[in-house]
Amino acid sequence: MLRHVLRRLLSLIPMLFGITLISFLIIQLSPGDYLAEMRLNPIVSPQTLEQMRANFGLDQPLHIQYLRWLWNALRLDFGYSFAFQVPVMWLISSRLFNTLLLNVVALAVAWAIAVPLGIHAARRQYSWSDNTLSFAAYFSISTPVFFSGLFLMYWAYKTGWLPIGGMTSIEYEFLPWWGRVLDVARHMVIPVLVLGVFSVAGLMRQMRANLLEVLRQDYVRTARSKGLAESVVINRHAVRNAINPLITIFGFELGGLLGGSAILEITMSWPGLGKLIADAVLQKDLYVVMASLVIGSVTLVAGNLIADILLAYSDPRIRYD
Amino acid sequence: MAQQVIRPGAVPRATARGLEPSQIRTPAQLAWRQLRRHRMALAGGAVLVVLYTLVIFAEFIAPYSLDYSDRARFYHPPVVPQFWDARGVSLRPFVHATTLTDPGLRRYSVDDTRRYYVRFFTRGEPYRLFGLIPSTVHLFGVDEPGRIFLMGTDQSGRDQFSRILYGSRISMSIGILAAGITIPIGMLYGGIAGYYGGRIDNVMMRIAEMMIAFPGFYLLLTLSAVLPTNVACTTRFYLITFILAFLGWAGFSRLIRGMVLSLKEREYVLAARAAGLDDLRVIMRHVLPNTASLVIVVATLGIPGAILGESSLSFFGFGVREPCSSWGNLLVAASNLPTLILSPWLLFPGVFIIAAVVAFNLFGDGLRDALDPRLRTG
Repeated sequence: MLRHVLRRLLSLIPMLFGITLISFLIIQLSPGDYLAEMRLNPIVSPQTLEQMRANFGLDQPLHIQYLRWLWNALRLDFGYSFAFQVPVMWLISSRLFNTLLLNVVALAVAWAIAVPLGIHAARRQYSWSDNTLSFAAYFSISTPVFFSGLFLMYWAYKTGWLPIGGMTSIEYEFLPWWGRVLDVARHMVIPVLVLGVFSVAGLMRQMRANLLEVLRQDYVRTARSKGLAESVVINRHAVRNAINPLITIFGFELGGLLGGSAILEITMSWPGLGKLIADAVLQKDLYVVMASLVIGSVTLVAGNLIADILLAYSDPRIRYD
Repeated sequence: MAQQVIRPGAVPRATARGLEPSQIRTPAQLAWRQLRRHRMALAGGAVLVVLYTLVIFAEFIAPYSLDYSDRARFYHPPVVPQFWDARGVSLRPFVHATTLTDPGLRRYSVDDTRRYYVRFFTRGEPYRLFGLIPSTVHLFGVDEPGRIFLMGTDQSGRDQFSRILYGSRISMSIGILAAGITIPIGMLYGGIAGYYGGRIDNVMMRIAEMMIAFPGFYLLLTLSAVLPTNVACTTRFYLITFILAFLGWAGFSRLIRGMVLSLKEREYVLAARAAGLDDLRVIMRHVLPNTASLVIVVATLGIPGAILGESSLSFFGFGVREPCSSWGNLLVAASNLPTLILSPWLLFPGVFIIAAVVAFNLFGDGLRDALDPRLRTG
């Protein structure tokens, strides 16, 4: 097991090298850079521009720029943001919490809803509630996240029940601590709903399919024929085995915690990583884009690794050597 | 379909079970029989037929052209043909004309003294059907100054229904085109990796995994930000398609590789190799054709992904841009909340996105059940 983990971590190195090199080339080979806009500004003198180019290291040849970035990144120094004039790590960590908060809550809500629904659907296969659920699942995986965000914001405005977009109200600073928690919670309802419902659909269908598969197994028939109560058969024998494959999905979702909500964050102006990165891409804020691509890929790979480990832990039949 | 062709191996088995030769079904017939039982899949297929009919005959069905703009009727609410008004019931549907009364709140007053009947096969703006046949006949329309804005208008008074129809061309074809690029690349790549195995497989799959480990949406954004902005709509459309395909091939090639790994050990592949065929021909003629059902299913289920990808990109201004229209691009008008609140009909393009994606998903799932013999229910 340990060897497997080590090997996976080692294989991460060439992968990250490739990912960063490709992203670097894509960004740098595209026309224009962050200074392009400043060049049009008559107030900024050519000397200042040259100075800034040198400061940002943009005057060096491409391979020097990349190697320099790589060397610094190895020491966890991801450089400065052109647009914000602060270290990239500082910028990212300030947004990290907001994105994590949104995604972790959405993940928890999704699992809490999806697993029981999936069990219900499998136990009453082809009943009207099963059919309704699977049709609803089709709808929710087929609705673009930005569209459901827009629609719910429209609905929130019409009813006046919930705030529209953002993370805090104007009076946030003047609220007591419980008022602040409540304020953020109210702002989170719609984004959590959108993200949660989106992943409920996939999870629920997976849970349903797994449980149906398990319910056909001999040991379930044995459990039933020895007269166990149906609830015991389902909860103790079937669900435990059916939930195993979901662990892989859990790993994938862990990997997507940082990058999965970008579209929604932009739509609902949630001050998270996704919005930061989209802006950085637009402005060609090179080092912010590079750092976020690295973080995004590392979390994706780490999520898959965690899934592998959890799977081996929960299912003794799986061995990695 | 090769309905008359009965494979030699199938006859003795079928007759042994006491079936007449006429009762023997080809794999395609079996799949169709299974698909027919899947009512949701058929409904999905029907929706797709309707949508593609709209795509093909967009100019004819749309009452107005892509660039038609009625500046005096911006953000006009939907005008739905009606059968009755204060003066009584009419068997012919008609609309009333409107005039702008409050530009700030975009209020329109309805003049219900005159009816403008909906005319079918009426003359309107000239267009070329299929880009070839010049015509001025539109499926329906109303006389001036009446307007038939089935789904309202946008900020410059352009008919949203017509623009949705024109936009469906891009939105409904991008998935198919992207699949058309992804599938050959993914099949060849996965086929070679799976067939040779060993070191070649190892290196090729590491490269594919690298592609998969890219955080998708960010890469999509980065690549689209690189695209030139001052090119024609169609050029940009092809570039976006290419990017979507570029993101898709790796995951697909991994699926194919897994399947080829098991297929290459089958007897018929060994036989083909023993007969002296070269590797490429074995892969192309004997191994890959057996992945056909997987490919069809992955393609059908992958197309909605591309539709969603295009609409998200265009929604954020990275994809298809004005003056072209696609469903995502049309939704940009709805992204401004104060505008949306006054003109909720701007959400209509989203309804088309959902309908198309649901239809593809339903149809794809039905197809998977139909093509997978293990899932057949008798």
